[in-house]
Amino acid sequence: MTLQDLLITPFADYGFMRRALVACLLLGVGSGPVGVLLMLRRMSLVGDAMSHAVLPGAAIGFLAAGGYSLLAMGLGGLVAGLMVSLLSGLVTRTTVLREDASFATFYLASLALGVLIVSLAGSNRDLLHVLFGSILAIDPPALLLIAAIASFSLVTLALIYRPLVAECFDPGFLRSVGGRGGLYHILFLLLIVVNLVAAFQALGTLMAVGMMMLPAAVAQLWTRTLPAMMTLSVLTAAASSVVGLLASYHLGFASGPTIVLVATLIYAASLIVGPSGALKRFVKRPHLAG
Amino acid sequence: MTGPTIHLKDLTVAYDGHPAVHHLTGSFEPGSLTAIAGANGAGKSTLVKAIVGDLKPAGGSILFEHLDRREIGYLPQAAEIERRFPISVLDTVLLGAWRRTGAFGCVSRALRRAGEEALSAVRLDGFAARPVGQLSSGQFQRVLFARLLLQDAAVILLDEPFTAVDARTTADLLALVGRWHGEGHTVIAVLHDHEQIRRHFPRTLLLARSCVSWGASVEALSPANLSAANALAERWHEDAPVCDLRAEDAA
Repeated sequence: MTLQDLLITPFADYGFMRRALVACLLLGVGSGPVGVLLMLRRMSLVGDAMSHAVLPGAAIGFLAAGGYSLLAMGLGGLVAGLMVSLLSGLVTRTTVLREDASFATFYLASLALGVLIVSLAGSNRDLLHVLFGSILAIDPPALLLIAAIASFSLVTLALIYRPLVAECFDPGFLRSVGGRGGLYHILFLLLIVVNLVAAFQALGTLMAVGMMMLPAAVAQLWTRTLPAMMTLSVLTAAASSVVGLLASYHLGFASGPTIVLVATLIYAASLIVGPSGALKRFVKRPHLAG
Repeated sequence: MTGPTIHLKDLTVAYDGHPAVHHLTGSFEPGSLTAIAGANGAGKSTLVKAIVGDLKPAGGSILFEHLDRREIGYLPQAAEIERRFPISVLDTVLLGAWRRTGAFGCVSRALRRAGEEALSAVRLDGFAARPVGQLSSGQFQRVLFARLLLQDAAVILLDEPFTAVDARTTADLLALVGRWHGEGHTVIAVLHDHEQIRRHFPRTLLLARSCVSWGASVEALSPANLSAANALAERWHEDAPVCDLRAEDAA
């Protein structure tokens, strides 16, 4: 097998591979920076919970469209995700429960409801499709939707970057200058939901958060400034996508899980060899003079 | 005297019904330099949080005269700030220009220079690009003071500004507080060190949930007042009855 057969031919010969690749790259561009902020805000598990929360909406969209329709399911997922975010926010502000606890409750209820709806109306195959995605079945309209979401996400993030940073770093200060931290928090939750909606045809509701969290974790292990972290998370997502798609093509693996596993491998390698990784403990570096 | 003034009128701030600040009345006059003293749990930080709007009064009110609450320069306790966030020293200082830049405005070259000058004023030249996570507690506190310098607020509220800060840094930061006072800013600081208060803060509000004394520091921190404050601070009854104290009684 030549290098061309290994790296180029799968994408040159098959339209579905090209669409899958573009979709994954777009997901990385949209989700990577959001994931970095999510992690820095110590909301990693909230992202995971949210990815489950979109399920009942997606399931209702699935039923309403009479089959797999990214637009209908995306809209359903968006509404469900936003409802869960707002309800969790409401519970956090009006009771003693913290945000992670209320998210956990809502996401379990959502997951149960979603699986119930799909299993009542669809087949097991449909359920698998919704839970784990099918990136190779992405059609041009789905690709357009993902591109639109990635663009929306980047533009919104660029606009609310400063208040988000301030809210995460020093929320008390932002409140004191009348910075409306709550509004930006909700906008940020919206960004998480739309990115998860974009990711769930590719990776399914269960792994949609993979393109968000794993590249963000890798970026945090290698870099120290926020812009560098965001850039590296996008690059990690892109590398995982290319390698994951090629590996799944040549080895006959399911593509979504392979992409997530490649990202996991990069994460594991970073844990060991990254600047703040495990190997550093064993390498004695000369200290500096000042 | 006209100028930005904060009036507390029979103010009560409560957690779960229990007052942390109880029937407090008085004013922070324009240009005054006041320390808020009292034991742990006396309601000092609660009062500061109520003034900046983080906590809502359970009774009474806070009135701002010639002052918009958002124009108060606020230094929260260090524990409330996410020190591991990957933000540079200069970017942290530039947050002080929020009222000028807003959420979306750009940072001009002049503003950046002002940020660097503020860093010089707190003796942190050459630190602009450093991530805040690499700073010591004292250096980080200097950064927050530089942010206040850039903020240039008429009223400055400091919540335990010298906790975990060494003597030299404390002296430098106290000099800055003195400079603000000299320039006519109103400064209010939550502090624990009575000796430091007597030396540097002309006025003191001694709190034990309610006001024990509010006036010249030497008198406010008299042994009699301090022992009265200690006796009051610990009173907390799980099954306390509903408070029926009226404003005029409290005053």
